[in-house]
Amino acid sequence: MSERDVSRELAPVKVTLDVNGTAHRLEVPAHRTLLDAIRDDIGLTGTKKCCADGECGACTVFLDGRIVNSCLVLCAEAEGCSVGTIESLSVGGLTDLQEEFLAAGAVQCGVCIPGQVMAAEALLQTNPTAKPAEIREAMSGNLCRCAGYERIVAAIQAAAKRRGSSR
Amino acid sequence: MTQYRRPDNVEDVVRTLSDAEGNGRLLVGGTDLLVAVRRRPLDPLVLVDLKAVADLPPAIEVTEAAVRFGPTATMSDLAADSRLAAMFPALVAASRVVGSLAIRNRASLIGNICNASPAGDTAPALLIYGARVTIVGRAGERTIPLSQFFVGPGLTTCGPDEFVLRVDLPRPADGYRSAFERLTRRRGVDLATVSVAAGVSAEGSITLGLGAVGPTPLLTETAAAVDLEDVDAVEQAVKQLIGIATPISDLRSGREYRQAMIAVLARRAVSAAARSVGTKGPST
Repeated sequence: MSERDVSRELAPVKVTLDVNGTAHRLEVPAHRTLLDAIRDDIGLTGTKKCCADGECGACTVFLDGRIVNSCLVLCAEAEGCSVGTIESLSVGGLTDLQEEFLAAGAVQCGVCIPGQVMAAEALLQTNPTAKPAEIREAMSGNLCRCAGYERIVAAIQAAAKRRGSSR
Repeated sequence: MTQYRRPDNVEDVVRTLSDAEGNGRLLVGGTDLLVAVRRRPLDPLVLVDLKAVADLPPAIEVTEAAVRFGPTATMSDLAADSRLAAMFPALVAASRVVGSLAIRNRASLIGNICNASPAGDTAPALLIYGARVTIVGRAGERTIPLSQFFVGPGLTTCGPDEFVLRVDLPRPADGYRSAFERLTRRRGVDLATVSVAAGVSAEGSITLGLGAVGPTPLLTETAAAVDLEDVDAVEQAVKQLIGIATPISDLRSGREYRQAMIAVLARRAVSAAARSVGTKGPST
């Protein structure tokens, strides 16, 4: 044990990643999750920390174009990657999807909503005319403790309708 | 304290694992590993990220005779591959029900088998297709059937300075058909209570891969051909095959329920496989 290089163990990991189009250079402990880096190191608190075990989907972000649970990704793993958070969606005002969440009354306590919106956005980008069964399947990793599922699905259906008709 | 390494070649991965003296953990998707790391932050684990290793096999490589999976193949990669869906429908069906979409985007096929959970979703299908696992370490490479890879819950034959380099599936023979059935308490983000992959050959032999009914995923095969049209004969054959199951009670199910459901799911899987359209074997 005496030969262990303690300085190497405690040395922070240097990470360069792109978040919402801005390059960030961070030095973080090896175990720092992407979720904690986004919230605490970069200061973007739209992404929520809930179960932190990959069960609830509140921390859903885009990583190189695919949605992931940012609590199950190390910040170090995101070296050279492109991350998109909920803040990236509404730079020019609310998106059609976010408007439909509000119109449907899909937002109750709100903690799960950034993750719900990111998962729904990922679905509509790949399948803009998603049917209810496909919506429920795609959203199955996003839990809502207020159980607002009916309205969340309705909001996504309405957004799918808008995107389908504007194509 | 957790450490993070990002080697860029296979030799360096083996050296890093060797230096870690049993504390090395391979990281690809991290969907199980990072949950464990979070619960035990003070363990001196060395996480060895494989995603920057340049000389790994490609994620999915389809050749005339076989399909090869590298460590970086994710469940979403499998789920989206139409070539695989035609050849290995039970495997693709299993890959589509792992966790959630966000989990499948990260979780790797090889990570799933290396976890060696008795309830691992992809193992039953890989077993019936005759998967072969190639492991690399200081002593070089060795290849074994997947059925010899699992040792017990969470345990494999992989040594502390070894890792799985690839998994190869031979293309099924002409007329081979297969299907996957899984029972969970709820549809999304749940582990299997019981799962079954069934394969039937053109001659009528039945192979079953059984999940969550033993200390490891189990593989079993009929000794003689069965008339797949004969409901009673199929039922008898399935009853005999599932005799190897030794389910336990846990938070997902009682032992008796698992014992009863494995019979139901096995019959369903065999009948779904028998009804499905067969594959065309390797064009030779």
